[in-house]
Amino acid sequence: MSKVWLIIKREYLNRVQKKSFLLTTILVPLIIPTIMAVLVYVMIKEAESAKADTVHIVDESGKFVFENTSKFNFINLNVPIQQAKEAYKITNDFALLHIPQFNIQKPEGFFIYTKENPSIEKVAALESILEERIRDLKLEAYKIDKETLKNLRTDISFKQINISDTGEEKASNSGILYGLGFLLGILIYIFVLVYGIQIMQGVIDEKTSKIVEVIVSSVKPFQLMLGKIIGIAAVGVTQFTIWILVVTFLSSGVLAYFGLKMPQKQMMEQVQKKVAVNEEVKAEMEQQNSKVAEFMNNFSDVPFAKIALVFLFYFLGGYLMYGALFAAVGSSVDSMQESQQFQFPITLPLLIGYLGLFMFVLRDPHGTVSFWLSIIPFTSPVAMVGRIAFDVPWYELALSMSLLIGGFILTTWIAGRIYRVGILMTGTKINWKVMVKYFMMGK
Amino acid sequence: MEALITKGVTKRYSEHTALSDINITIPEKSIYGLLGPNGAGKTTLIRIINQIINSDEGEIKIFGEHLQPKHVEMIGYLPEERGLYKKMKVGDQLLYLAQLKGLSRKDALARIKYWLEKFEIKDWWSKKVEDLSKGMAQKIQFISTVLHEPKLIILDEPFSGFDPVNAQLITENILELKEKGSTIIFSTHRMETVESLCDHIALINKSKKILEGPKKQVKEQYRSSTFIVEHKGNHLNLGSGKYELSSQKPIEGDLFSSLIKITDGSKGNELIRMLVDQTEIHSFQEKLPTMADIFIGLIKGEGDEALKKHLQEV
Repeated sequence: MSKVWLIIKREYLNRVQKKSFLLTTILVPLIIPTIMAVLVYVMIKEAESAKADTVHIVDESGKFVFENTSKFNFINLNVPIQQAKEAYKITNDFALLHIPQFNIQKPEGFFIYTKENPSIEKVAALESILEERIRDLKLEAYKIDKETLKNLRTDISFKQINISDTGEEKASNSGILYGLGFLLGILIYIFVLVYGIQIMQGVIDEKTSKIVEVIVSSVKPFQLMLGKIIGIAAVGVTQFTIWILVVTFLSSGVLAYFGLKMPQKQMMEQVQKKVAVNEEVKAEMEQQNSKVAEFMNNFSDVPFAKIALVFLFYFLGGYLMYGALFAAVGSSVDSMQESQQFQFPITLPLLIGYLGLFMFVLRDPHGTVSFWLSIIPFTSPVAMVGRIAFDVPWYELALSMSLLIGGFILTTWIAGRIYRVGILMTGTKINWKVMVKYFMMGK
Repeated sequence: MEALITKGVTKRYSEHTALSDINITIPEKSIYGLLGPNGAGKTTLIRIINQIINSDEGEIKIFGEHLQPKHVEMIGYLPEERGLYKKMKVGDQLLYLAQLKGLSRKDALARIKYWLEKFEIKDWWSKKVEDLSKGMAQKIQFISTVLHEPKLIILDEPFSGFDPVNAQLITENILELKEKGSTIIFSTHRMETVESLCDHIALINKSKKILEGPKKQVKEQYRSSTFIVEHKGNHLNLGSGKYELSSQKPIEGDLFSSLIKITDGSKGNELIRMLVDQTEIHSFQEKLPTMADIFIGLIKGEGDEALKKHLQEV
């Protein structure tokens, strides 16, 4: 046992002391706050510095009255369109709008002339100004007043409450759970893949550098394999822990710098301050703000501690299960290139779990497919972690966890037999049949 | 006591038998040559002794005990395919390998220091293996093999890849280890190594042991009572029946070298006595078969008769 410990220690220290480990561990979490900071900065700057675009108008219909907004300055021209075009050409203004006589029932024939390809957003903004005016004209024609129309508009948003068996009521929010499930599922998928490939790389390195024969003359091949898998798992947990700490620390640092408690709320306040908005938009924004507050309330109701523990369990379980398979592949092949034909097949179940997460688990967390995906050990690391936020019954969780433990014992046993034969075999063209042969030989 | 005894060791793979009923006895403090052509099964046998793979049948005793996992600490193994962790520092690497063989950190450090000083490579401690030359890496590999003072040292083709200077250094150290009480197994097909170093040999061919014993005895077994005589004049009267002139060739001037075979089993002294009266003898030497002769003969012919024939031809 002390020898396995020596191997774990070497695998761990050897990786943790590498410059590349230090670099990825520090740089990856920096990316997220950096992007956040840049985005917030750009948004605020843009709101501050946005200059209104000048738009020339030739309104032959006489049905429009253009008022300047924060985005556009309008110049009404009472000249023929040809003349207006000539005039527009010598300016640097954004666009020339040509509104001919039109039928209110069938408004068409409007032209916009610009010097360069305009952004869809700006064109849409101009279009909506016209649309709104035409709508008003139509309202007049149908003799409906604006107030009546406003009162017709309705907006429903459920407050979600889970009533558990005990009768206890809990606020729930599918949005948060969906986001969380999505995030955790994808994290597990990436982790198992990234660290699994590290195991494989490590095994291939030992095999190609021929050190492996020296090592297995001191320890059992199975001990070497296990030590490597556990050592790399420890690297993964270390890296993950550092990431969480750094991301939390830096994110709060970035947000504190911009003087916000919650990013969305702050951003909206900023935008409101900088931009003149009409009453309607303001009301909408306030409603949004209260939604954010509600979101935050619900957020604090999500059992993060439980989810974190379950996540850790499935991360380790999934990693150990697939890690053993990666080790078996690494032991059989002679190079990383040769391993590629096996990488996809062995991670296919994980990919199915990942796709299942989107197609079934997050849409219908308690459906039959979701249930099985989160029970079968090959898909459960991704599926159950995505599902856990949706209150999985404890017995389903217990079943899934036991099966995962069983699953990794099984794959480790299979892998151990392939491994002990494979590591000493070089120059063999490897395929599935050969791996089965190694398995049979490895008793 | 014997360092190692194997009884009926057999290893089968699905398509072929790698080892078939191997019985060998390796005396303590000997240098034992395990000979055989490529693919004969030497490496399989060595891996079984190292418990890297299991035999299908047979038993192995090491210093009187049944071979068990704990015995890996008594064995030092230098595989034919050498290798170290490329990115690891020399010192860390030796420390790791020594600890895997059961040495405490403190003992390991002391012994690494001793060996690095002995090989005059103290300043290599923090060099990475990938920065070393092949010969330098081989030295480190040799140190890692003997660091835990194994009672049984198994060296698979130890001199391949060594330049003559390093080969000499390793040879000296192997002999020194033998003096200190280690038993050494050489697996090789380099006959000059066997000739100069081994005192016992076993020959394995096509998964079977075909010859074993002390080197001297093996050579005597295959002596052909042939003598090389250098003498003046090309005329020798050998009488009838008792002696046979196999060949004769001039050396220089009227000096000739004759190969004379004694056919009735009498001693060489009698031959000398007879020759002294006829010619001026410059040298007289029994022609003993070299290990290479025995090796090639046995592999080619697979049988004593064929070997004896081969030995007469050379």
